[in-house]
Amino acid sequence: MAALEFGLDFWNPIVWVIVFLVLIAGAYLLRSRGQKKYKKGTAQTQIFLSGEEPPPVEQRHIKAHNIYWGFLQALKGYYDPTVKAHTGIINDYMIWFTAIVTATAVILFIVG
Amino acid sequence: MDKLITHSPILIIAIPLLAAFLTPLISRVNQKARDVLVITTLALAGFLVIILARDIYANGIHIYTLGASSPTLAIPEQYMVPMRIILEVDAMSIFMCIIWATVSLAAGIYSLSFMKEETGRDRFYTLLLLMVGGVFGMMLTGDLFNLFVFLEISAISGGALVAFRTRFTDAVEGGLKYIIISTVGALMVLFAIGIFYAQYNLLNIAALGQVIQYTMLDKVALAFLVIAFAMKLGSVPLHMWVPDTYAVAPANITAMLLVSSQICMYALFRTCFSLYGVTLNTATVGWIVIILGMLSMFVGVTMAVLQTDIKRLIAYNCICESGYILLAVGVGLAVLGQPAALDTYGIAAMSGGIFHMINHALFEGLLFLAAGVLFYRVGTRNLNEMGGLAHNMKFTAILFLLGALASSGIPPFNGFASKLLIYESVYQFNPILAIIGIIVSIITLAIFVKAFFSAFTGQVLPKYKDVREAPKLMMLSMIILSIIIVFFGLFPGLIVDWLAHPAADALINQAEYISAVVGG
Repeated sequence: MAALEFGLDFWNPIVWVIVFLVLIAGAYLLRSRGQKKYKKGTAQTQIFLSGEEPPPVEQRHIKAHNIYWGFLQALKGYYDPTVKAHTGIINDYMIWFTAIVTATAVILFIVG
Repeated sequence: MDKLITHSPILIIAIPLLAAFLTPLISRVNQKARDVLVITTLALAGFLVIILARDIYANGIHIYTLGASSPTLAIPEQYMVPMRIILEVDAMSIFMCIIWATVSLAAGIYSLSFMKEETGRDRFYTLLLLMVGGVFGMMLTGDLFNLFVFLEISAISGGALVAFRTRFTDAVEGGLKYIIISTVGALMVLFAIGIFYAQYNLLNIAALGQVIQYTMLDKVALAFLVIAFAMKLGSVPLHMWVPDTYAVAPANITAMLLVSSQICMYALFRTCFSLYGVTLNTATVGWIVIILGMLSMFVGVTMAVLQTDIKRLIAYNCICESGYILLAVGVGLAVLGQPAALDTYGIAAMSGGIFHMINHALFEGLLFLAAGVLFYRVGTRNLNEMGGLAHNMKFTAILFLLGALASSGIPPFNGFASKLLIYESVYQFNPILAIIGIIVSIITLAIFVKAFFSAFTGQVLPKYKDVREAPKLMMLSMIILSIIIVFFGLFPGLIVDWLAHPAADALINQAEYISAVVGG
């Protein structure tokens, strides 16, 4: 009932969950053997920046537009024309529609 | 009970439509009674869908002829072809009804809280129920002209719902775009219907499927139908309206729009498999669908990486997930004329694609509802302005994470099961397609890491220190979807065997679809 079978392969999520829980229990056990003597709310749990005062919370949080900056730069050649095609103008959407209908009809006429 | 099952196809459409017109009347008397009416109607439609589904899975295709002495009398005496409006429900159409009933009920419950501060809620619920009835009609009809009519009902009500919060100018623009796209698409469908009627004097899908010749005109009609439905389902390169519309609609409506787009995917599959069947060059049309799917996957996910508006990000991900479904069902279509390949991997690919349809509706629906909660509490969709929200919105964060993991295909959630089925079967058709699918799934995980990190993690921003958790009814609707996601993830074999595989079989078996109406 739980398993999904295809040919010789299968996927059984119940087995996966059991294995996952065992691994989590192992990880928890390992963690519980760690240092417990630190004091909350003291310098032991504060951010340390070489003795400098940490910046305010707003500046510490990395903004969404900075995430994957390198990925976007690396694929600039792909992104520039793709973003440019997303004009937000409905007339352009209709041009795309007309072009794709025509192309499909031509393919169907020629290939069958 | 038998009578209820017999009449359930028309009741599933008629009850929401009737309730839509009762809503403003009852709203004048008591607003709570109106809310009860809306939720009861959605629940009742869901109940009728379930009992009809049980009957279809046990006894096969169910037809309902309007105006006939008996609902099962498809062809009147002294006639050779069906003349009346016929509803034809098979395992595929009832599968779509199950998706729609589930998501519309969750969205209806969500609306009770989400729209509480809005004025004109009687109009809102009227439009919502009209959309529910219209979309049910699209799935249940066996007649092309009625498909067009219901497509128009759902499009007009959908457009009005997108633009409902007229104080947001982008919502009005989104609604306008949705209406224009839908109207152009529907007109192309009407044009194709005109071509069929001029040639064959028929409008019934089964009767047309029996006589269709695949003439030059039929090819023109096919091009119109395939591309009009592809535009409505948001396939690349006809997808650009999707983020513009999904981002600005109320979150509950976005979840419903997503499923209504899937219904256009259903209409596309119905056109290819039940109307044209093996008369068309299945390899050519199958590859057209596969290419649309691959483009949707790649462009959808890469454009999602760029986004900083949480709903636009999810909208692009919707385009990407639709691509997986098109890819899988396209593979089934491409090998429709090759029985050996169809048996080896074609049916499995289609089952995977169809299973992914329900998963897609559930996890993307959940993500949109969670994004709606963020907008409701924080007042922005901009991820750049969010941060640390998990401190005050723990449950919303967990539910968003659940939807994100399911969408990214992380085990043991439902998205993993359907994507695995797609990879395994598509690999046998063309390994490169399966490899691209896996890469796209990894990028999907990356976009949700970005969204979750930006919105929920880190120290809580001072301006959001007093932000509260989602209201109870909004939470309830998200929990309903989450429970189903987890259940489908833990028991994928059950869902594939009971729902997805019979639906794939129903699509492939054109002869059975035709004989249910025209006999023999």
